[in-house]
Amino acid sequence: MKPAPFEYHVPDSLNQVLSLKREHGEDAKLLAGGQSLVPAMNFRVIQSKVLIDINRVEELSYINEDRKVLRIGAMARERHLEFDPLIDKWTPLLAEAVPFIAHPQIRNRGTIGGSIVNADPAAELPVLMLALDARLKAQNSDGERWIPATDFFDGMFTTTLATDEILVEIELPHIPQNTGWSFMEMAPRAGDYALMGVAALVGLDEAGKCTRAKLVYLNAGDGPVDAKAAAKSLVGETLNKKVINHAAAHASEKEITPFGNIHASPEFQRHLAKILTQRALVAAAIRAGEGYIQ
Amino acid sequence: MSTRFFGKRIKRNEDPRLLTGQALFVDDVNLPKMLHAAFLRSPYAHAHIKGIDVSQALERDGVVAAYTATDLGDYWQPGPLLVAPPPVKDIVFNERTQVPLAKDKVRFAGEPIVMVLAESRYIAEDALADIEVDYEPLAVVVDLEKALQPDSPYVHDDLKTNIAAHVVQTKGDYEAAAKDAALVIERRFLYEHGCAAAIENRGIVAEWDARAGKLTIWDTTQAPVVIRNGLAGMLGLSERNVRVIAPFLGGGFGAKIMMFYQEEVLVPWVAMKLNRPVKWIEDRAENFVATTHERGQIHQATLAVDKDGHILGVRDVFLHDTGAYAPYGLTVPLNSQCTLLGPYDIQNYYSEFTAIFTNKTIVTPYRGAGRQHGVFVIERLLDIAAKELNIDRAEIRRRNFIPPDKFPYDNEIIYQDFAPLSYDSGNYEPLLDQAIEKIDYHKFIEETQPKLRAEGKHVGIGIVAYVEGTGIGPYEGAKVQVMSSGRVSVVTGVGTQGQGHFTSFAQIAADHLGVRVDEVDVITGDTDQFYWGAGTFASRGAVVAGNAINEAAKVVRKKILKLAAEHFEAPEEELEITDGMVRVQDIPRMSISLGELAGLANPMRGAVKPGTEPGLEATNYFGPESGATASGIHAMIIEVDPETMQIDIQKYVVIHDCGKVINPLILDGQVHGGVAQGIGNAFYERLVYDENGQLLNGTFMDYHLPTSLDVPRIETGHGETPSPLNPMGVKGAGEAGAIPVGPLFAQALEDALHDVDFEILEIPLNSNRLWELTQASSQPDA
Amino acid sequence: MIKTYSISTTINEKEYKSEVESRLLLSDFLRHELGLTGTHVGCEHGVCGACTILVNGESMRSCLMFAVQADGLEITTVEALGKDKDDLHPLQQSFWEAHGLQCGFCTPGILMTLIPFLRENPDPTEKEIRAAISGNLCRCTGYQHIVDAVLLAAEKMK
Repeated sequence: MKPAPFEYHVPDSLNQVLSLKREHGEDAKLLAGGQSLVPAMNFRVIQSKVLIDINRVEELSYINEDRKVLRIGAMARERHLEFDPLIDKWTPLLAEAVPFIAHPQIRNRGTIGGSIVNADPAAELPVLMLALDARLKAQNSDGERWIPATDFFDGMFTTTLATDEILVEIELPHIPQNTGWSFMEMAPRAGDYALMGVAALVGLDEAGKCTRAKLVYLNAGDGPVDAKAAAKSLVGETLNKKVINHAAAHASEKEITPFGNIHASPEFQRHLAKILTQRALVAAAIRAGEGYIQ
Repeated sequence: MSTRFFGKRIKRNEDPRLLTGQALFVDDVNLPKMLHAAFLRSPYAHAHIKGIDVSQALERDGVVAAYTATDLGDYWQPGPLLVAPPPVKDIVFNERTQVPLAKDKVRFAGEPIVMVLAESRYIAEDALADIEVDYEPLAVVVDLEKALQPDSPYVHDDLKTNIAAHVVQTKGDYEAAAKDAALVIERRFLYEHGCAAAIENRGIVAEWDARAGKLTIWDTTQAPVVIRNGLAGMLGLSERNVRVIAPFLGGGFGAKIMMFYQEEVLVPWVAMKLNRPVKWIEDRAENFVATTHERGQIHQATLAVDKDGHILGVRDVFLHDTGAYAPYGLTVPLNSQCTLLGPYDIQNYYSEFTAIFTNKTIVTPYRGAGRQHGVFVIERLLDIAAKELNIDRAEIRRRNFIPPDKFPYDNEIIYQDFAPLSYDSGNYEPLLDQAIEKIDYHKFIEETQPKLRAEGKHVGIGIVAYVEGTGIGPYEGAKVQVMSSGRVSVVTGVGTQGQGHFTSFAQIAADHLGVRVDEVDVITGDTDQFYWGAGTFASRGAVVAGNAINEAAKVVRKKILKLAAEHFEAPEEELEITDGMVRVQDIPRMSISLGELAGLANPMRGAVKPGTEPGLEATNYFGPESGATASGIHAMIIEVDPETMQIDIQKYVVIHDCGKVINPLILDGQVHGGVAQGIGNAFYERLVYDENGQLLNGTFMDYHLPTSLDVPRIETGHGETPSPLNPMGVKGAGEAGAIPVGPLFAQALEDALHDVDFEILEIPLNSNRLWELTQASSQPDA
Repeated sequence: MIKTYSISTTINEKEYKSEVESRLLLSDFLRHELGLTGTHVGCEHGVCGACTILVNGESMRSCLMFAVQADGLEITTVEALGKDKDDLHPLQQSFWEAHGLQCGFCTPGILMTLIPFLRENPDPTEKEIRAAISGNLCRCTGYQHIVDAVLLAAEKMK
């Protein structure tokens, strides 16, 4: 299990990265944390001619807040998402979900940008990007553009980034007032890819009616799956067991398309989706201000 | 003998080297001019090889050689049959052992076809991609039952059958006994593949010294002496000119037994041929297909009981998956056959098995070595009988235990060591009582569980029993010697893989020779240090090698006393050996250190008296007539989330009787580790093959070893019925923890999910499977 | 000609200058180029944890980094802890006393995982310890004596 040879570049500025990316095109892969890429290289499942190591591009490693949004550099390590108080302040859902990613040693090296661009349908961070209404900043040597998370993922391990573009920043809005959240997943062992997982957000008005809801699933299709209809069915309702169970049933039966794997049949995945949705919605509603009615 | 150290919790001699990163493992061996081997392995489970072209590989910079089966010439021979068929009447046994490189056809995915030698492992792996093989894929034998159908393809065409062996063993008359039964239960049980998955993969380094004519091999083997003898024969060398070193091993668990793996046979050969040191280190991807597996069996079993739950007889017919070749004979299915009888007084038993060749990785013993399967069958049958007859699960076991006055207890069939299956000693009821007390069985069932159930919790309890045949022959030997420094050296031929031999063996010698445990240097796993032996397997190290050390140390003690008596001109009875000194009691000035005495035993002038030998040393051998039978009870309380089927083990108790205990600290560790592997086998680990014979989960991402969050705290308790078969009274302990965990899970999970009417008749489980089983039972009948 | 890269790395407080091929795994570099064989390799896909080392003080998988990436970084391996039985780090000493290892193959990776963990969690609970080492597979011990060893080490290091 030794990787095939490759040409190695280690730029220390974003501009250099972009020009190398333009120069090598499809032949080049970016090496961020490498926690998914290097295993695939060791198995020789991936043999890239050129690797552009972006670990020295310090300008991509930050977690900052401004007045309106939280900005995370693509090279921020998962460990920093886990422990930076800004994450908990702005988007506690992310803080809750990050410890589910693999193990401490992996999170010490793995990056937010690397995981998002890898676009593994079973990974946590792509799901969170959708759930949190993230905007993703892509850049090439010609300039930059902002991509809403909803437009970023494009199937199994695929994104809408152009060959010469790289993800440089993740912009996250504040989770609104009176909004509760929950992340739940079920994995065979802690740290494994989950058999099923869901990020749930519900906003409540003062009367306790749901004003806004979001349900996004991992390992439920060829990318993060946003169950819009199920979420919509909650809006305007008082969140009681019946309403929640209806939404959970709709999402798990109609909106997700899990493929199954050696650890779980699609039927079990759907069943888990239903159960996790019920639980996550209850937890989110309670966090939104005791909004769950027995 | 004083027992200052025997029986004490003593920290291990070997640990400082391991903790500081200085212990030598095979992959740490680095020799000048060393070449690296890599193997091209078949992507197909079953295919004809129509042609192989290595020319591109040979052109690559850094590649030194590439060999196919035909390049091996006369060296291409099937490997040795390591365990002959047992002397059972009417046995069918078709011997087929693995070949060094596949020649005309491949029989499992992962079978090696070409060996490449290069200046680095990286280049060797590059070269594998340069090799072209023309395969003609064949229909594949995967399913055990289909393998016996007339239209099945054959793994070994010339046999015209996939039957590797057929064995019937009986005790009493099952059919007659079943006629009087109040209840007969018949079920089909499945036990699927798993693997040892030691964290260290296999590896071998070979160095040929042409001038000395000497071959040195570092090998991840549990049995270096057997490997030395076999390789010397294959390579046409004297055993004295082959040195096999099994240094520190990163776990073995059976899969590193003396297998004569293909790589193990080829690397020494090529080191001689190229006259350069050669290293091959298995990687994890290879380990999953190239290192042997275990477990696959299907049982159709029947239990006949009277109205009080007393066993009248058992009938079991099972299929055993032996993989593509069967170099280790019938050890695994024989263990299943024998261990099914458990601690129970079963007078009538009919057991029939068919071992079957399939296009899968070879099956050989892995911790438990087939015992699990038998224990699973009998324990599940008893659970079902208990339920039908409304008898408590612990009680039905108690009623069937062999009473303590019936030992030695003869089961009338032949065990894996070919000796009659006879239990040397045991007393099972006190073990059960201890387990019941420790887990608070009655209180849980009568108070705690009903209360928790009322709260909506799904909490269950399980309690199971087992025996383990351990410490089998043929023999081991040991040399014990007092060095001129006063330190004591103990050398044996077994290999060691973490069992603490450097300490437990030292404890045995230290007590006899009046030194501290850390003054005893134990050497294992080097054939130049000790010539004879078999190896570490079947929970036999402490029993067989331990007793050899015990006997040798006694002789050395006698020599010390005799020589010191002459030296002091004092009677032996007045001498004592303590703190590394021999003293005349009550006369402080009359003392001599063991080191000085060792010097006197090896004089440079004068003569060694006729009939005596120089030095303070002795070599001794120990060969038990038959194995010592250990026993135990496991009990567990488990909570299940009935919606996600995630589990939480809340309490786990092991009560174990392995006779006299040398080091309780090490024993606890063995039990904990065994249970962890048992938990893996029961709920996490399963090798998944598709219909093409492809292993679908050959990575640690998808083959799930239990982690620190999955293995609970384990409370241990001990019983002690010393074995009469050896002077120390010890029994083996290495496998006990792993054996009964499957049926324990099944019983406790059924109990936890009491509101679903279902039976667990298979292992391993996982959340998905548990959900499927409960769903199936809740479906209305079609 | 295979292209190599010059790297300068501080390993266990000693500086090493080396020429490495880009694809050389950091684990292989430490073990086979520098002879620091205390770091072990068990899976080469980042799951077993045997190869865990410290990179600038944080635990990481050395099988998932290339040696060339270590240029200018500070690496710490098990060899940086106590070197013999009379001079063990309290963590090593605790593993010895609590029988926290059997074959010892996974042990260096576990020790290196725990060094920063204990620095950040000087008074850990059993649950926190189990979470901390959940990325290190041990096939021998069933983890119980490892957990005991860490509790003992935390006590000793107070």
